[in-house]
Amino acid sequence: MTGLSAIELEDVVKEYHSHGEVVQAVRGVTLGIEEGEFFSLLGPSGCGKTTTMRMIAGFEAPTKGVVRLHGQDVTGVPPNKRDINMVFQSYALFPHLSVWDNVAFGLRQRRTPKEEIDRRVGEMLEIVDLAERGRRMPRQLSGGQQQRVALARALVNRPRALLLDEPLGALDLKLRQAMQIELKRIQREVGITFVYVTHDQGEALTMSDRIAVMNDGVVEQLAGPREIYERPASAFVAGFIGTSNLLSGSATGGELAIGGGRVLVPGHDGDVTVTVRPEKITIGTDEPARDCSAVRGTVAEVVYLGTYNSYAVSLADGAEITVFQQNVHDATATAERGDSVWLSWRAQHSYVIGS
Amino acid sequence: MSGERPVGTRRARAGDRLLHLYTWLIIIWLSSPIAVMIMFGFNDKQSKSNTTWQGFTLRWYAELFELSDLTTALLNSLVIALVSTALTVVVGTMLGLALGRHRFRGKSVTNFLIFAAISTPELVMGASLLSLFVSGNVPRGAVTIVVAHVLFSLSFVVVTVRARIVTLDPSLEEAARDLGATAWGTFRQVTLPAIMPGVLAGGMLAFALSIDDYVVTSFVNGSTVTFPLWIVGAVKTGVPAQVNVMGTLIFGVGVLIAVGNAVAARRRA
Ligand SMILES: Nc1ncnc2c1ncn2[C@@H]1O[C@H](COP(=O)(O)OP(=O)(O)OP(=O)(O)O)[C@@H](O)[C@H]1O
Ligand SMILES: [Mg+2]
Repeated sequence: MTGLSAIELEDVVKEYHSHGEVVQAVRGVTLGIEEGEFFSLLGPSGCGKTTTMRMIAGFEAPTKGVVRLHGQDVTGVPPNKRDINMVFQSYALFPHLSVWDNVAFGLRQRRTPKEEIDRRVGEMLEIVDLAERGRRMPRQLSGGQQQRVALARALVNRPRALLLDEPLGALDLKLRQAMQIELKRIQREVGITFVYVTHDQGEALTMSDRIAVMNDGVVEQLAGPREIYERPASAFVAGFIGTSNLLSGSATGGELAIGGGRVLVPGHDGDVTVTVRPEKITIGTDEPARDCSAVRGTVAEVVYLGTYNSYAVSLADGAEITVFQQNVHDATATAERGDSVWLSWRAQHSYVIGS
Repeated sequence: MSGERPVGTRRARAGDRLLHLYTWLIIIWLSSPIAVMIMFGFNDKQSKSNTTWQGFTLRWYAELFELSDLTTALLNSLVIALVSTALTVVVGTMLGLALGRHRFRGKSVTNFLIFAAISTPELVMGASLLSLFVSGNVPRGAVTIVVAHVLFSLSFVVVTVRARIVTLDPSLEEAARDLGATAWGTFRQVTLPAIMPGVLAGGMLAFALSIDDYVVTSFVNGSTVTFPLWIVGAVKTGVPAQVNVMGTLIFGVGVLIAVGNAVAARRRA
């Protein structure tokens, strides 16, 4: 890792004790988040995302390991002494304070001069497009507006990093997409580190510079969105991010014999698991060329999905492969249910997990 | 509307009337003692007793503080009520917060004691407090009255505050901390405003319980006389009309507070 990380976790473990049982919410997470980066923690419910974030914010102390902010060990530093702010999933707006007073809250704690508070709160409400709503109470705002107040309330303090715990979770799809763009714009505008928690892979892929995919308290892969999509480090990541076909077997001479055909895995021998994205696969009736991976199967299901068709194809050995084919030519499907077909894809489109 | 209406509607009309009648009866029943108290504060009575109407006068208002022991008793009651309410509110709020928020050893025992204090008969509480004070050689007086009043009103504040705190989203307090507030700043700026309705409700209840308590006070008062004690003592010889006037004034203040509260609540909504 180059330079000084904004946020660094070193072998962090968090155990909870509930009803005499020990729950390991986070089991050894090591990661570094760069200054100015849009960093996402992505994973299924209960994988430890919130717990990780709460340790960064200072609401929980790690059972083991070290959290560093800008190079400094912050063990024992309370949340109000950390130069980072958090946007809560429930927004946590103070119900008895107006929008303006909510946003001014942090500056008032720091005894910022009044003129400066007025100026900065005004500017911030401008940025989140709520300049006219300063005197409203939080409950008089829509969900999306409350969300923006929460964002403004954190950003107005000019923290060195902003933590967002599923900030768009409570919004409907349209608003979510609008807010994703908005968040990205604001992040570029203020230029600070964003740590973004989500269980929505699409959201993580579109917004992040880098993503840490978490599962069961550990980071399975830490990489850019393209890398995570194209080269998943584990079967879990392959399955969690988008749709993916997993084929396993024993390879000999750089080929995996499967379903009456072969999967090309140049340079690999022995037991391998290969992933292929459904949109990379071509479906057809003619035998494909020798330099492609190709398998035979029977179409078990065809689902029309508007811009593309989804095929479920059963191989001779029982495995099932999903294929997406764009509806570019005409409305009729390439294959019907029960058809015997060839599936083929270029060698570089199958990725051997863990390689 | 015409006389032709379905049976169901007619029955509903009759039901409505009955409900109105019933409501008014309840209101009259509840307010009649108060009406009588207020009315007899204006009674131009000639004898010692104040039970028959003898004409209107404002004399008792003019001579409100003529009976010096009554005035002293009223002042005693007011001071005791204010002090015990203040103590009750502070201690009760802290207890309510602890019970609503934290897990600690002895929590369930404390919860049980809170409930027990509400359900203990006043006679039992008074008698046992007296024996406690006697065996501890504590001189009885205003201080022991305050202690007793805090004891029986504490639970009400605890219960109302705890009810508020359990519905308070803990992330509000975390947000305050995250935005740089100290622990005390968080309490003052976020927690307290959120539980304030509970604190006020509990405090008003504590004041009301204290100012008219007779039973427990009569055990632990020593030689200190409070307003209710004085009135009970005067019953044999006839209650002076000033008592009605004082009662009317206390009631008036209570009504003002209740109205103010309702107005504030409406403005908030
Ligand atoms: N205070 C706590 N006491 C006991 N167990 C806890 C506590 N907080 C979290 N856990 C457990 O730790 C694990 C991780 O929880 P965490 O909240 O970090 O998950 P998450 O990834 O944020 O999930 P979600 O997407 O549902 O918010 C879960 O199994 C959860 O039950
Ligand atoms: Mg969570």
